[in-house]
Amino acid sequence: MTTLRDLPPDLLRLATAGSVDDGKSTLVGRLLYDTKSVLADTLDAVHRASVDKGLSTPDLSLLVDGLRSEREQGITIDVAYRYFATPKRSFVLADTPGHVQYTRNTVTGASTAQLAVLLVDARKGVLEQTRRHAAVLALLGVPQLVLAVNKIDLVDYDEGIFEVIAKEFTDHATALGYPIGSVLSIPVSALVGDNVVDRSAHTPWYTGPTLLEHLENVPVEPDPHHVPFRFPVQYVIRTNTAEHTDYRGYAGLVAAGTVTKGDEIVVLPAGLRTTVARIDTHDGELDEAEAGRSVTLILADEIDITRGDLIAAAVDAPAVTDEFDATLAWLSEKALKPGARVLVKHGASTVQAIVADLHARFDEQKLSTVATPGALQLNEIGQVTIRTAEPLPVDDYSVNRRTGAFLVIDAADGSTLAAGLVGAGLSALETDRSTTDGDAVVSPGP
Amino acid sequence: MNKLDALDRLESEAIHIFREVAGEFDRPVILFSGGKDSTVLLHLAVKAFWPAPVPFPLLHVDTGHNLDEVIEFRDRTVERYGLRLVVASVQDFIDDGRLEERPDGTRNPLQTVPLLDSITSNKFDAVFGGGRRDEERARAKERIFSLRNSFGQWEPRRQRPELWNLYNGRHRAGEHVRVFPLSNWTELDVWRYIQRENIDLPSIYYAHRREVFQRDGMWLTAGPWFGPNADETVQELTIRYRTVGDGSCTGAIQSDAADIEAVIAEVSASRLTERGATRADDRLSEAAMEDRKREGYF
Ligand SMILES: Nc1nc2c(ncn2[C@@H]2O[C@H](COP(=O)(O)OP(=O)(O)OP(=O)(O)O)[C@@H](O)[C@H]2O)c(=O)[nH]1
Ligand SMILES: [Mg+2]
Repeated sequence: MTTLRDLPPDLLRLATAGSVDDGKSTLVGRLLYDTKSVLADTLDAVHRASVDKGLSTPDLSLLVDGLRSEREQGITIDVAYRYFATPKRSFVLADTPGHVQYTRNTVTGASTAQLAVLLVDARKGVLEQTRRHAAVLALLGVPQLVLAVNKIDLVDYDEGIFEVIAKEFTDHATALGYPIGSVLSIPVSALVGDNVVDRSAHTPWYTGPTLLEHLENVPVEPDPHHVPFRFPVQYVIRTNTAEHTDYRGYAGLVAAGTVTKGDEIVVLPAGLRTTVARIDTHDGELDEAEAGRSVTLILADEIDITRGDLIAAAVDAPAVTDEFDATLAWLSEKALKPGARVLVKHGASTVQAIVADLHARFDEQKLSTVATPGALQLNEIGQVTIRTAEPLPVDDYSVNRRTGAFLVIDAADGSTLAAGLVGAGLSALETDRSTTDGDAVVSPGP
Repeated sequence: MNKLDALDRLESEAIHIFREVAGEFDRPVILFSGGKDSTVLLHLAVKAFWPAPVPFPLLHVDTGHNLDEVIEFRDRTVERYGLRLVVASVQDFIDDGRLEERPDGTRNPLQTVPLLDSITSNKFDAVFGGGRRDEERARAKERIFSLRNSFGQWEPRRQRPELWNLYNGRHRAGEHVRVFPLSNWTELDVWRYIQRENIDLPSIYYAHRREVFQRDGMWLTAGPWFGPNADETVQELTIRYRTVGDGSCTGAIQSDAADIEAVIAEVSASRLTERGATRADDRLSEAAMEDRKREGYF
């Protein structure tokens, strides 16, 4: 067996979530500080600013709250991205705001996360915003969830309080589709540092891993061999030189699965079939490329392919359709009304679309839906039917986080209106209903 | 199959970003100073479009306060890849009175006007920069596709949500988008990548003997523009640069790291950030970078 040290360090993308003031930014600051990821001049600046604020200990949230207005108000407004590494892994960390008004920034941070750390304040327990964020995380398919019961120092490191909160939250997460036993709860103090990087002497009753131990060891990537191949064509590379006569390659990033030289593929939406003649990169040819790698495909037959087309495994291609169900997380102050004309960006293609129907709004507190709400407001989640001017090859988001995702864009001013997820993801989160659709089970767990 | 390691993932992400911009914008340009980040940026662009040439020109905002080695490297690199270089010259703006030299002689803050002027007159709609989120905590808040209004300003409270890897580059006439393919790279990632890819850099990044003088705790190169003033004494030391910028406010560090392995060892062990160690312009205030970005800086 190879030891972990021999393997190249891999990358884990994680996001924080939780209600305002539960300690997310302080926890991120603590992770950076205790992993010695903060350099002396940065730390000096934080010390100076903390003294100016009249604090006796450094306020580690200042390491992440980088905007002037954030420091003035003492809250996080926008996502901050931070980076640190241990010998086992590199981490890309998105610290998101807890304030309801900025939920869309939480959606931003969570959309690429492989793991989320959801915080609660041990004194307050599970709040409305905690439940809302958990629903957003489940909807976006964040595969791993950690509950950090923070400020445990303020409840005298009481095991009973921890257990009650952990139980209440785990039940909620299970109802949202996280498999039983998949959510780890950890008692932490971001301020003092208990169980973040270093094990706490104050919680002898807790025997699980510290937060960092868990982050370093949790499995992240599903085996790409079990997922059908998807490749949105971003750009057609053409050149004609002595070395590369009539070169014509299709450039893109493998969105899902793997591609092997000789594989039979289909080009969508046209539906033409051919095989992969070569997988090119600047560093030479590859025999196989897996999800996450940028490559250029050379196909055996000359087919008319442009940016926006999708190359997919011929044996397991997605449906091509100009009408599909979707869940929208609405991110704009302008409310959504049924019949709205918008742009949909899916993969590398942008098409005109109409939000034909607004079926339901999700109540993330009761885990139930409100039928035909009439409009969808900022930060609300709804179930819609989308009609597009041109057919799109879409996967269900619960099956594929890349090819099941799309943006809803305002055609007039170009702003991003919503995060779109193909399929009936919402109804799967809904537990408060009498009948269950057998095929709509979302499973954000591994 | 080779499992993707962290550098492979960062590389593929950057290549994906280059190709998105090539597919969606009419007139992109790459900011190229000859510094290590912009050199890595160009290397990634070459990889993204290989075997075709990079389909964008380069733009250098030239403060006129350069070390010879950097300009020589810039011109050599442009020539090697057969690219077009647009130079926006701070000196020209000072000469014809559109800009005024600052009392401290520092020209980094003066770059914004020539940059925006060049973007407007060339109708550039996407501007690639080598900015990294780990450089500074205001940068840590910036999107990979960062919309600028027609004054080139960044409005941090009105950033678009950036979801998955679906970038929204829509903009109105006169607006443009700054694009940061190295957003998720750290300084150490950049150096490891330079080592792995064997990327050529200006010689000033490696330890060498140089005549320097001390100002504000930094070692500055003696030269016609930068000083020394009468009360500053020149001495010869073994130094290297960690960043490339305006010579009057970008300092060198004392170092014996003469090759890439030594530099990586040094950066890994460093207790100072690269900007904290070498950039006077970022020490101005708590929010120096945020303020300059709001005004349209890189
Ligand atoms: N006693 C104690 N205080 C804490 C702890 N963690 C955070 N705090 C304090 O709680 C307050 C809020 O912390 P932040 O880290 O800014 O909270 P946040 O969750 O990032 O807030 P938003 O980003 O605005 O949603 C600060 O005063 C922290 O010092 C902890 O473990 N124990
Ligand atoms: Mg915060």
